Amino acid sequence: MVCHALRSCVLSEPEENFDEEQPVEVMTLPLDAWHRARGGRMVEFAGYWMPVQYEGIIAEHLWTRQNAGLFDVSHMGQLFVSGEGVEAALEAVLPIDLATLKPGAVRYSLLLDDDGGILDDLMVSRWADGFYLVVNGATKWDDIAHLRMGLPDEITLNHLDDRALLALQGPEAFAVLAPLVSGEQALSALSFMRGAWVTLAGAEAWISRSGYTGEDGFEISVPADAAEQVAEAIAAAPQVRPIGLGARDSLRLEAGLPLYGHDLTPENDPISAGLAFGINKRRRSEGGFPGAAHIQQGLSAGTPTMRVGLTLEGRQAAREGALVYAGDVEVGRVCSGGFSPSLNHPIAMAYVAAAHAAPGTALEIDMRGKRLPATVTPMPFVPHRYYRSGAVT
Amino acid sequence: MSRYFTQDHEWIEVEGDTGTVGITDYAQGQLGDITYVDLPEAGATVKKGDAPCVVDSVKAASDVYSPVSGTVTGGNEALADAPELVNTDAETGGWLFRVTLSDAGELAGLMDRAAYDAFIKGL
Repeated sequence: MVCHALRSCVLSEPEENFDEEQPVEVMTLPLDAWHRARGGRMVEFAGYWMPVQYEGIIAEHLWTRQNAGLFDVSHMGQLFVSGEGVEAALEAVLPIDLATLKPGAVRYSLLLDDDGGILDDLMVSRWADGFYLVVNGATKWDDIAHLRMGLPDEITLNHLDDRALLALQGPEAFAVLAPLVSGEQALSALSFMRGAWVTLAGAEAWISRSGYTGEDGFEISVPADAAEQVAEAIAAAPQVRPIGLGARDSLRLEAGLPLYGHDLTPENDPISAGLAFGINKRRRSEGGFPGAAHIQQGLSAGTPTMRVGLTLEGRQAAREGALVYAGDVEVGRVCSGGFSPSLNHPIAMAYVAAAHAAPGTALEIDMRGKRLPATVTPMPFVPHRYYRSGAVT
Repeated sequence: MSRYFTQDHEWIEVEGDTGTVGITDYAQGQLGDITYVDLPEAGATVKKGDAPCVVDSVKAASDVYSPVSGTVTGGNEALADAPELVNTDAETGGWLFRVTLSDAGELAGLMDRAAYDAFIKGL
C-alpha cells in the first residue's frame, strides 16, 4: 500500500513496513519490559510486540551510523541443525557450499522453492557439532516446516526459542563490546562474517561480526534469561542507544540490503534479486538444490527483471507498490522506499525490466498520479563499513 | 476564532470564512519524523473528507483529510524547506493549508479541544 489515512497510521501503528502476517495472539519477547522502561513505542511485528522507535527514527538512524545502536531482533528464528550426514542433508535444501564454510564462519543463504522462488533468506554458521541458522521472524514457522520436510529423519532440527538475539551495530560497536567479552580469542580476531562462542557479561554467547545496517557490528545470541543483563551491560556504554525497527529498516535500505516479504518473495528468484552470490560456486554447476534448474537457467541467460537502487529528486519518497515508468511505458515496481536520513533525500529499491537496470538510467515513479524523477543507482547507497580481515593493517 | 478537531487528527482554525488546517500534535507524535509534505495547489476545490494533502514520515505516507468543503487558498510554503515544522509546531507554525469554507454548517460535526482531548485519551 502506498498511502494511508492519517487515522490508520495513528491508530493502528503498524503499517506498510511492518505489516507481516500476524497470528491472533501477540507474543512478548524476553526484553519486552526493558524496551518499555526505556520508552520504546511497541508495535506488533511478526507476531511479537517490538519497539518501532524510541526517540525518533532519524535520530536513532544517525546515532547508529555515528556511534553504536543496540537492536533487539529476538523475533528472528534461531535454529540448530545436526546429526549424521548433516552437511549433505543441508546442501539438499540450501544452495550453499558447506565444504568451504570453515568452523566459526557465517554465510548468507537462501531458502528456495522448486521454481527457484525465494521462501526466505538466512544466515548459516558452522558450529562444532552442526549448523546454526538465523531465519526471518515472520517466516520462521513456515521455514521450520519446510526444512523438516526436506531433511531426513536422522537429522535433528532444533528451534532455539530459549535464546534471545541482539545486534550491536555502528563504528563504536567493537569498542563497546571488547571490554565485555572474554573468550578463547580476542574479539579483534573476528572479522566480518566470522563468529565465536564467548562469555559476555556473564552469559554464554554466540557472537558473529555481521548485521543488517552496513556498519561494522555484531549479532549476539544469548540465553533468553540472560538477555536483560547483557542488554544492560551493553547499553551502559555511553556510545550505545537502543534502536527500534523503524531505523533498522531505513539503515538496511541505505545499505542496499533486501527485506524479506518486501524485496524478496516467492515471486522473486535470487538472480533478479541480485543475490546470485547466495548460490555458491560449486552448487551452480552441480545443482542438487530446490529450484536448481531455474537458477542455472537464470544464471546463464539472465533474468527479465533486476532489483535496482533508485535515487529520487526532491523530498517525496516512493513507497512499496509504486509503479516505475520509462516515459509512458511501465517498466517496474518499487519494493522498498523511504527517506534516507544519511543522504537527506529519498531512496528506493525496485524490480525493473533488465533493459532499464543500468546505473544512471533515468526513470519516473508514479505516486498518486505525480511523477517523481528517479535515477538507477548502484547499491549500497551508503558505503558498507564492514571489518574485513586484512583490511586494517 | 475557533478551533475544531476531527477523529482523523486534523485541526481547523476558523476565522470568518477562512479555515487553516493542520494535524494535531498527537498525530505528529505518532507519525514520527516528517520528511515531506505534499500540499494542495491554491484554487483546488475540496470536499469534506477529501485528501488534498499527504504527510510523509520516514516510515509511511499518510493522507490528510480536509475537515470541511471549500476552495484551497494556499499551502504552508515554509514546509518545503522545513517539513519538520509539522513535528515541532504541529498546531501553530506547522499548519498545512488554508481553505475558504463553502459550508460553515460542516463545522457542527467536529470536536472542540476538550472533546478531542477526551477522544485521544480513549485511544
